[in-house]
Amino acid sequence: MLSRGDAAMHRLPIRCVSRRKPERENTSNLDATRGAAGFLLRLRPTRKTRMNYNWNWRIFWQESPNGVETYLDLLISGLQWTIFVAICSWIIALTIGSFIGVMRTTKSRFWNVFGQAYVELFRNIPLLVQMFLWYFVVPELLPSAIGTWIKQLPNSSAYTAILCLGLFTSARIAEQVRAGIQSLPSGQRMASLALGLTSRQSYRHILLPIAYRIMLPPLTSEFLNNFKNTSVTFAIGVMELMAQTRSMSEFSFQVFEALTAATILYLTVNLIVVMIARQLERKLAVPGFMTSH
Amino acid sequence: MFTDFDFNVIYRSLGYLFLDGMVFTLTLTVMSTISGVILGTLLTMMRIGRLPFLPAISACYVNFVRSLPLVLVIFWFYFLVPWIGQWVTGASRPVSVGPFLSAFITFTMFEAAYFAEIVRAGIQSIPKGQPAAGYALGLNYWQVMGHIVLPQAFRNVLPVLLTQTIVLFQDTTLVYVLSVTDFLGAADKVAHRDHRLVEMYIFVAIIYFAISYIASYSVKRLQSRIAIVR
Repeated sequence: MLSRGDAAMHRLPIRCVSRRKPERENTSNLDATRGAAGFLLRLRPTRKTRMNYNWNWRIFWQESPNGVETYLDLLISGLQWTIFVAICSWIIALTIGSFIGVMRTTKSRFWNVFGQAYVELFRNIPLLVQMFLWYFVVPELLPSAIGTWIKQLPNSSAYTAILCLGLFTSARIAEQVRAGIQSLPSGQRMASLALGLTSRQSYRHILLPIAYRIMLPPLTSEFLNNFKNTSVTFAIGVMELMAQTRSMSEFSFQVFEALTAATILYLTVNLIVVMIARQLERKLAVPGFMTSH
Repeated sequence: MFTDFDFNVIYRSLGYLFLDGMVFTLTLTVMSTISGVILGTLLTMMRIGRLPFLPAISACYVNFVRSLPLVLVIFWFYFLVPWIGQWVTGASRPVSVGPFLSAFITFTMFEAAYFAEIVRAGIQSIPKGQPAAGYALGLNYWQVMGHIVLPQAFRNVLPVLLTQTIVLFQDTTLVYVLSVTDFLGAADKVAHRDHRLVEMYIFVAIIYFAISYIASYSVKRLQSRIAIVR
């Protein structure tokens, strides 16, 4: 438990920066000027100061150290973990966040204070520190039997990451939900109560359905934040995209290819999410409640 | 539950934690905020200006950076900065830069995208009549920007800018991935040296919570004060 998987990664940067492969200098320079990123080379001011980084875009189809998969397979499996963690934590975040957000719009003083304390707690501690708390500290504070059981779970770091990320994002969603409900005209709540709905029914059938639609744009950006935040989970050893990118650059020394691939993958998912969100917005728009697109 | 805690480890390492770690964290936060706001303002002026191509370049940069995770950007710059240094200075090998400079450049470039959006919101909150009146009085572009638009824009978005600074302060923990001795990094090193992870991480969480909470509370106070004056 205490021997974290990133001991190796601390060594990496020093090696990668100064690494040169003289025996492949000639061919790879050709590669580089042809490749998509060859523009960096063509920018060079003089012949003397050429970039002596060896571009090798074919690295993705080469076998990775595990002997079975190519580097591309590794990155794809990382992306799958990223998406898995993002979606699971999003479900937790949306559920808890909605409850906390609703709490803060009720009249009960106790639930208001509780909701506020919850939000402040999760908002004011950096995500990485929260990760460490859940991963290293919480199992120690639990009764030792449970703590050991958690540590021995397969993929325990992924479950920890999902829980941590879910709670972290839930605090932010709670604020969105609160703002969404409070932005509704107060007549909505009054009318629903006047019609004889209970408080719970008016939230369930009147307030929340409209509030969620109003919140769709901020919720989309929270989802993207959540998706980006999954990259922090590699600090506790989840083998998601960032971790696979690191291990690829560590094993193959092709740092910039790995980073480029990761960048493209993150961008692609971002773009897809934004497009889906736009479709959703158009579908769910309530006439008169939002500026139509 | 707390019986086998060793709080002594915190006392022993206080000097290291705060003088090495916290000073690094705060310096990085303050310096990247200042340069990030400056760069962000320039990006915004590019974006709302009338010059060809610049608005598109600025928009692309901002959207591109905002859709990437900070950790990835940290790695990009960590590996890229030496090569850029080599290219700029014409050295024969990649220039080795310290972790602070690398982190500083990263956070400046990354947060500039976020600050740019905030500053843009501020500038858009200024009625069009204000710069128009400035031009009518014979001021030039820089005078209108410097004396009329930007001061009001910054005042309008000051609370948001400060909130983003608190986010930046929390984000600086991510330099951990470069094994830099920021506040978290220092605590982490002590924790692993003395096998006192529980105490150290809880202590770090409390300190971060206290600073962020006090800071965001002050921002709230400031916000209401500005609102009253207006």
